[in-house]
Amino acid sequence: MDTFRDKLIPVTSILLGVVVLWYVFAVILNAPFQRDLDRRANETSTFSEFIGKTLSQPKPTLPAPHQVAVNFFENTFLRPITSTRSLVYNAWVTLSSTLLGFAFGTALGIIIAVGIVHVATLDRSLMPWIIASQTIPILAVAPMIIVVLAAIGVTGLIPKAMISTYLSFFPVTVGMVKGLRSPEIMHLDLMHTYNASASQTFWKLRVPASVPFLFTSMKVAVAASLVGAIVGELPTGAVAGIGAKLLAGAYYSQSIDIWSALVAGSVVAALLVMVVGIAGRLVDRAMGGRPA
Amino acid sequence: MTGTSPAVVSASKLGLTFQTNDGPVQALSNVDLTIGKGEFVSFIGPSGCGKTTLLRVIADLEKPTSGTISVNGMTPEQAREKRAYGYVFQAAALFPWRTIERNVALPLEIIGLSRVEQAERIRRTMELVNLSGFEKKYPWQLSGGMQQRASIARALAFDADLLLMDEPFGALDEIVRDHLNEQLLELWARTNKTICFVTHSIPEAVYLSTRIVVMSPRPGRVSDVIESTLPKERPLDIRETPEFLAIAARVRDGLRAGHSYDD
Repeated sequence: MDTFRDKLIPVTSILLGVVVLWYVFAVILNAPFQRDLDRRANETSTFSEFIGKTLSQPKPTLPAPHQVAVNFFENTFLRPITSTRSLVYNAWVTLSSTLLGFAFGTALGIIIAVGIVHVATLDRSLMPWIIASQTIPILAVAPMIIVVLAAIGVTGLIPKAMISTYLSFFPVTVGMVKGLRSPEIMHLDLMHTYNASASQTFWKLRVPASVPFLFTSMKVAVAASLVGAIVGELPTGAVAGIGAKLLAGAYYSQSIDIWSALVAGSVVAALLVMVVGIAGRLVDRAMGGRPA
Repeated sequence: MTGTSPAVVSASKLGLTFQTNDGPVQALSNVDLTIGKGEFVSFIGPSGCGKTTLLRVIADLEKPTSGTISVNGMTPEQAREKRAYGYVFQAAALFPWRTIERNVALPLEIIGLSRVEQAERIRRTMELVNLSGFEKKYPWQLSGGMQQRASIARALAFDADLLLMDEPFGALDEIVRDHLNEQLLELWARTNKTICFVTHSIPEAVYLSTRIVVMSPRPGRVSDVIESTLPKERPLDIRETPEFLAIAARVRDGLRAGHSYDD
């Protein structure tokens, strides 16, 4: 009941507000084209007829929420999931490279963080480059990665996953550097009084202390991974994936398709962040975390 | 009191100067001290008098910049490597992701004891600090006093003969503190360990110690050493006796002499 009052009502109110606003803008933005159509067809329509028509154009400037919902529903639930037009199929294509890239990115991020925390030279030499790497626009880097990898014969899933890796290792590195350095002086002193070796301090103190930081940064990383995978699909001329759907929609002015692909992408992102969040909470519980 | 027993800690002309951004700070100056086996020595003084620093030097958590110090006849570093002492910090400093039992097991894991030996040591030390039955709890499930008892159990797990305690009960309320003081004396009587105890409470120092080292700040130095004439058996109400009050008065005088209250 409390979750209902504390979360559901505020979230639903905002959602309703957004939908109402969306309809208003759909009418406003689609009206000029509709007026044009009506004039050429020599039609006059009442106000409510006119509103109805602006909300049911086949290629609207801004599709109405119900048009997107219908398109999303049809392409998700009514098509066989093997169809290239199925959103489930396309989401799966994107998801697979997202997950692969995320796994690489997390592993790479952890390895770099361990290096930075333990080797003073790496701390000074690597960190500026890592930060610089994230200031380069991914849209510029993505095609080059695809082209370079294709030149050495690597195509398909790996190049897309590499772009996800490129985006997702960064939050993990930053989070893990912080996490591995998070033990209090007192805990480090304690290990010193035990004459613990560096590896004992690492495994028994630094690693467990960094776990909450890892999951927080993994939530950011998994969302970045998805963006990477979608961006990776744009310049490759990929035939499948959410990115490919967006591009095809843009080519053929299928604005409804674009929006429903966007919704599919958001749903996948929300699910991914949720799964990481749940995994984080389970691990926290297993590590004796106080229930919130 | 224990003049003939071998020295556990022996310091002579010990000094430590920290280099800070505001220039050098003399934390310890010319400290001469000998602690015999089985003694309960309290270090008392206002903040900045170097009592914690002295304890940390004994524990090899700080390096002295002048003078000499030996622990069990070795350098502090060698003593630390031989795990010659257990250290109790101001806060319990338990690892939140470990149960109480696994926290106590931490030093035992580090020295590489088998699980069977660990279980035996855990059972024994948990019993010593009256925490039997709380083995599977996580630190947050315990009160502050119980957490500090668990950290004492962890310090005892090595079974080292020397116990270094840095204001272990400073953050606890008076009633819990009295209770833990009583238990600590009982534990000391049962185990016959040498205990170095840092505190800023006069009653605590007088109640617990066989010897009280009064320290004063700027630079941190020993200003008085008081042998306690109280018997080893000490019920809590010994604190009302004239003998107790006389020692407490001497400690207070020592603190006043070494510390200017003008500033």
